[in-house]
Amino acid sequence: MTAPVLEKPPSRAAEAGSRLSMASPNRRMMKGLSNGVIAIVGFAFLLPMVWLVLASVDTSATLSVKWPETFSLDNFTAILTPERSLIPLLNSTLLSGGCAILTVVASLLAAYPLSRYKMRVNKPFLYGVLFGTCLPITAMMVPVYSLFVAFNLIDSVGGTILFLAATSLPMAIWMMKNFMDSVPVSLEEAAWTDGASAMTTLRTIVVPLMRPGIGVVFIFVFIQTWGNFFIPFVLLLSPDKQPAAVSIFSFFGQYGAVAYGQLAAFSLLYSVPVLALYVLVTRLGGGSFALAGAVKG
Amino acid sequence: MTTVTTPAPVGGAERSPNRNRPGEKKRRTLVALARSAPLLPAVLLLAVFLFGPVVSSLYGSLTNASLSGSTATNVEFVGVKNYVDLFSDPDFPKAVLLTVVFLVASAILGQNVVGLGLSVLMQSANGVVRGVVRTIVVTAWVLPEIVASFAAYAFFHDGGTLNEMLGVFGIQGPNWLYTFPMFAVILANVWRGTAFSMLVYTAALNDVPPEITEAAEVDGATGWQRFRLVTVPMIRRSISTNLMLTTLQTLSVFALIFVMTGGGPGTDSTTLPLLAYQEAFKFGELGFGTAIATILLLVGALFSVFYIRALKPEVD
Repeated sequence: MTAPVLEKPPSRAAEAGSRLSMASPNRRMMKGLSNGVIAIVGFAFLLPMVWLVLASVDTSATLSVKWPETFSLDNFTAILTPERSLIPLLNSTLLSGGCAILTVVASLLAAYPLSRYKMRVNKPFLYGVLFGTCLPITAMMVPVYSLFVAFNLIDSVGGTILFLAATSLPMAIWMMKNFMDSVPVSLEEAAWTDGASAMTTLRTIVVPLMRPGIGVVFIFVFIQTWGNFFIPFVLLLSPDKQPAAVSIFSFFGQYGAVAYGQLAAFSLLYSVPVLALYVLVTRLGGGSFALAGAVKG
Repeated sequence: MTTVTTPAPVGGAERSPNRNRPGEKKRRTLVALARSAPLLPAVLLLAVFLFGPVVSSLYGSLTNASLSGSTATNVEFVGVKNYVDLFSDPDFPKAVLLTVVFLVASAILGQNVVGLGLSVLMQSANGVVRGVVRTIVVTAWVLPEIVASFAAYAFFHDGGTLNEMLGVFGIQGPNWLYTFPMFAVILANVWRGTAFSMLVYTAALNDVPPEITEAAEVDGATGWQRFRLVTVPMIRRSISTNLMLTTLQTLSVFALIFVMTGGGPGTDSTTLPLLAYQEAFKFGELGFGTAIATILLLVGALFSVFYIRALKPEVD
């Protein structure tokens, strides 16, 4: 997942379509056909994920989807030990939380002058930010590794958080600026007249008014970092610092060939927070910022 | 979105009649500096950790740096030697070809066509079916990449779900990951990435006023004609930005291929990101890997420029 896209409730167009469809038999047939086709596609999309769920409760799981002979939570109890899953999950929380906090603070500060003042640096800065959202980060991991060796930051959690924050910043600044643009400036003007400084108004007026927007940015960055495999895989070497994404991969290398059930259980355990946060962010966002400035058609 | 422009919070001094006084220019520079100060943390982070690697990539690709041995400490400037080696290495043109196949088949064709198809069909589908299918497709996209990669690995594995299902119909499926590795990773990437295109196109289609397609219908246009001549031209901008974004995302797909095939068998599914990784970390040729990374960065930058041009009105 790279750019944030949120779902929008079906609009007039979709509703009008379904109302009209009752009118003619031709339309009804079309509707039946549409339902059939998307149901088949949906089924095909579901199959790989069904394996994860069924294998996680099956102690004799294979790589194929099959109904477990006995339903058991043994896979989960087997992996719920500190060194296998708990420490990696804690590391994931530390990396994602640290990165999200840093990104939110830096992007909030940066968005304020970009949104409130007409400055000469705005345009080049925003172009630069937009350019940054497009950089293929995976391609950069080899030079990033060299840079981290030069800075002596390899295997440093702090360094990894800083890099993760830098990669999330362009998108975060872009989103944050768009959220801030929609906060009316008239309230701040009153505060400015009373002598409040820019930072005071940001803290006391703008931030409280754009709390949902800040929440959305935080969760997006958190989800993205939580799921990131390649960056910690290259930058963090000691197993006790690695996040769940990397330790699941080493688990796959060590026991993967035998313990599919445990692999699926660990994968599921690791995915649940992200799925929950995604649901939360769609609730927070609703339909008001359908594409959060990422794509405008 | 329009930029909100406001009078200065520090007072309306800019409109004062004294703007030609010598101190005025200096004061205005100070105001501008004070105002842009909050940009500093972001600028620092971006400069060190995003711009830094780009510069070190450009420079590193011109050196003979390696992970270990004498060249790990005594790095020498070797000019364009890495690039010359790259183009004479048979693995490189093959990786370029595989990357192009991967991009075209999984992003440009797969994700966009399936995503657009799904969002068009969903407009006339039953509400429950639409909701359920959308949730399934989006879940595949929200799952962490490593988990999605395992799910796809299990699906395409020799003893996996796909062959099990083909077996029900009496078909002996091949070992997909070994015999058709590109086919498997392309389908897996379509599975994983379609949700993005679907969401973009659903939003775009919702913005097409129903009156226009209705008017075309009254004029006797068939469903396909309405779609091709009315809907597609109206969502043209979404199509072009989405094509660009999915291409950029697919260009940096690593974990999916890494987990499913490891780039193999041999180098039969080694795309450029995997080749860069293998050269740098498996064979210790940092300079070589950095040269590949630089080429990928340049390709990404080229796409970004087109993307930025398309979004220009947003910034202005």
